[in-house]
Amino acid sequence: MSGLIGKKIGMTSFHDASGKIIPCTVIEAGPCVVTQVKTKQTDGYDAIQLAYDDKKEKRTSKAMQGHFKKAGTGPKRILREFSRFEEGHQKSLGDKVDVDVFLEGEFIDVVGTSKGKGFQGVVKRHGFKGVNDATHGQHNRGRAPGSIGASSYPSRVFKGMRMAGHDGSQRVKMINLQIVKIMSDKNLILIKGSVPGPNGSYVILERWK
Amino acid sequence: MNKGELIRYAEEQLVATKQFPVFKAGDTVTIKYKITEGNKERIQAFQGIVLQISGKGANKTFTVRKISNNIGVERIFPVSSPFVEAVEVNKRGVVRRSRIFYLRQLRGKKARIKEKKY
Repeated sequence: MSGLIGKKIGMTSFHDASGKIIPCTVIEAGPCVVTQVKTKQTDGYDAIQLAYDDKKEKRTSKAMQGHFKKAGTGPKRILREFSRFEEGHQKSLGDKVDVDVFLEGEFIDVVGTSKGKGFQGVVKRHGFKGVNDATHGQHNRGRAPGSIGASSYPSRVFKGMRMAGHDGSQRVKMINLQIVKIMSDKNLILIKGSVPGPNGSYVILERWK
Repeated sequence: MNKGELIRYAEEQLVATKQFPVFKAGDTVTIKYKITEGNKERIQAFQGIVLQISGKGANKTFTVRKISNNIGVERIFPVSSPFVEAVEVNKRGVVRRSRIFYLRQLRGKKARIKEKKY
């Protein structure tokens, strides 16, 4: 797997050659720094750890300051591990990784944290249909969940019963999103379609190959 | 660079900037629109009054209204669309607002817009 850490900037659209409007998301990705190299001998598996987005040194704990110092870089906001990063290509501590790891037109996965929706009912949270009748005894039950189980047997509600509750703010992975364009001078990647999370949130771009 | 600047930068890379004359709501314009029929291409003109200009950057559009056979017809043109060949300004109108939807309720002589004199 190769990948990058980035920040969702926002969405825009453009017309392709046939005049169709292509909606796309602008992502500022990298440059990331390799802050740790894990190998089978020392850690039991192969992976590298990437760091992205500068932060102030006084906001960093002493332990983390040491960790960044080892890689020869300033403190970073976000650290993520990528297993078997570009197998065959040996990365070493302090190496820079930028948008050049991806190619225009290829398909990647994007991981983000979805927008928080707060406490939501079953219609929004689980896609229940609700009641669309105005008659047949309905008056204020339009978005109610209905029955949540039988009576004396089993005398309980089964685990995992879909009910109202907190929605959103979850890790979401979107798979097979096409890269429309890469602008390496500004570290921007344009991805066709939408990406989970609000503007300014961190996303992880992955390519499994 | 902040987020807005980055998006604008990305749009500049994707969208070819077109040189259209400056126009605003109330102006009468003619749009040369490219139409493909089978493998033949021809240009159709659409003349009407601009009702509004909305959006910005790559998503900028404008709405044009005309009366065709006594029926009001409105069309929305994306500025960056490759089908919009050219825009001609025929008349500059005097209107007080940037979105002149009140024109939809007016018919005949009342739906006239005063022409700007220089």
